[in-house]
Amino acid sequence: MAVIAPPREQEPRVPPPGLGQGRRPPGIITDRLFKWVALASGLLVLVILGLIAVTMTREAWPWFSAEGLNVFSTTWDPAKGEFGAGAMIYGTFLVGIIALLIAVPVSIGIALFVTEVSPRPFRKPIVYTVDLLAAIPSVVYGLWALAVLTQPLADLYSNISSATSGIPILDTLFAEPSPTGLSFMTAGIIVAIMIVPIITSITREVYATTPASLKEAAFGLGATRWEMIRGSVFPHSRGGVVSAVMIGLGRAIGETIAVALLIGSSQRVSAHILGPGDSLASIIANQFNEATGEQRSALIGMGVVLFALTVVVGVLARSVVARFDRRTGATL
Amino acid sequence: MNASTTMLAGGSRLTPGPRSRRRRISNVVASGLIFLAFVVAIVPLVFLVVYVVQRGMEVFGWAFLTENPPFSERLDGGGMAPAVVGTLLITGAAALMSIPLGVLGGIYLNEYGGKNPLARLIRFLAEVMTGVPSIVMGIFIYTLVVLNTKELNGLAGALALACLMLPIVIRTTDQMLTLVPRELREGSQALGSRRVRTIRTVVLPSAAPGIVSGALLAVARAAGETAPLLFVIGITSEPNTSLTNGPNTALSVQIFFNATRPFAPAQDRAWGAALTLILIVFVVTILARLVTAFFARRQPA
Repeated sequence: MAVIAPPREQEPRVPPPGLGQGRRPPGIITDRLFKWVALASGLLVLVILGLIAVTMTREAWPWFSAEGLNVFSTTWDPAKGEFGAGAMIYGTFLVGIIALLIAVPVSIGIALFVTEVSPRPFRKPIVYTVDLLAAIPSVVYGLWALAVLTQPLADLYSNISSATSGIPILDTLFAEPSPTGLSFMTAGIIVAIMIVPIITSITREVYATTPASLKEAAFGLGATRWEMIRGSVFPHSRGGVVSAVMIGLGRAIGETIAVALLIGSSQRVSAHILGPGDSLASIIANQFNEATGEQRSALIGMGVVLFALTVVVGVLARSVVARFDRRTGATL
Repeated sequence: MNASTTMLAGGSRLTPGPRSRRRRISNVVASGLIFLAFVVAIVPLVFLVVYVVQRGMEVFGWAFLTENPPFSERLDGGGMAPAVVGTLLITGAAALMSIPLGVLGGIYLNEYGGKNPLARLIRFLAEVMTGVPSIVMGIFIYTLVVLNTKELNGLAGALALACLMLPIVIRTTDQMLTLVPRELREGSQALGSRRVRTIRTVVLPSAAPGIVSGALLAVARAAGETAPLLFVIGITSEPNTSLTNGPNTALSVQIFFNATRPFAPAQDRAWGAALTLILIVFVVTILARLVTAFFARRQPA
């Protein structure tokens, strides 16, 4: 019992001499019991993740076995009994990518503003304010966007669409704008607002680990602040920022309620980003309570697909962080 | 060429040429864009909060919090009492389940596991679990609990929220315990305390502010969640104070259901519910910040 908080698990503890070999020293039962209770609580994480995978796959099995590889087909037609997840997987990633394209530059900007630009006394209040964005519930974002944003956005979309007609690529991308404003784009914009806080907070911590010596060296060579950021801060934190983006993507593909209210619930694969679509999470939210039979099983199956996607993205993000940790010794 | 810059350079012969001007301009532009990013993020926050307060205040009040919704959603008036009761009850129960277990799990990770393979695995999985979408937790509890009990109730909702909060609490506790200086533990053990006693009387008290604030943030997040509750708690139009007996409802779920209704009174109630929910979430969030700020000043680490 010499070392406290040992780096490795200790050998079973020997009772201190003088307390007698036959009798257990006082308190040792509580000590061991507590350790086991604590361990059990930790293992709960493992148990829950295992149960999620097992019970959900079991309930989704009728769908997996009935459709076979068709689970990835792009036709979703409950009336005909065709349940393919392809369109929803596409929509999930499209919304995620739109959200990242908006959120990443903004988040990097805020992180730089907090760590390098703003005067010191303002830094904490700024961080707290940006974190408040994360405190607003998803459903409130959805309600607000539905009431305030969708109409102006619909007008904007139709203008963009007519302005770009005839230009290759863009005229496909912006064709057939949604007259209600419910679209991949609208969902992406709102999800972007929702993932800014998480990407900002990780990026900010990564930037803060840039050694002062690197920054001073850049300034010493006569660099402007922007040149210092480009030459010292960015190269130092590339890995950390990549993992922040991955974690943001994980959040974006799991976003449910706001997307369910804003994406337009149209199960199709379409390059028209200003038109309606659907995502894995939002179709579950919108259809689960009314669904029965294979449709319900298919929706649970989409939960399994979503779970698998977020786990893969999370593991990738984590492994980037691990590499970053080894290289710089920074902790996230 | 440019008097002010030559002055700044201390009258040296470093005359700023076009290259230097370009560098200065790009610096100013970049700084401007960086500031703009902050503005871009703050604008929706301000607009949203102002709008929710405006629309919410039209119906918000004591009556709104304590009355039941009218029997028809086309009617004006009435309140969200069942949803207020449901949100507080379900979130409270989720907190009671997940916070003790999460703190224990965090204690295992930092005080017993340290860097051993099992602790590393749990830490890794807790991080992965934080990223699992909340709707997946809803379906998970539906398949695990609701399909077996054949009952929609508040407890199922609380379980789903607890699954969401557990990894957050574990990670916060783990991180906060790493900040407790080793000397404190050594001092306690040198006085003859066992592990449990050391943890209870020395380690936990010094990490408490951080853990409490982390747990409160988890509560705030859970209170605003809709997706985990959607399929497991059912719906009710009268306050249900029982977790196990009969269906329940929550503010978030009511906002979701009423947001797309074509009747103005139903939408008004959705705004009232949104204001109530934001108030609850902000109060808990600010409480968390106050705990951190208060203790940070009292015991400079």
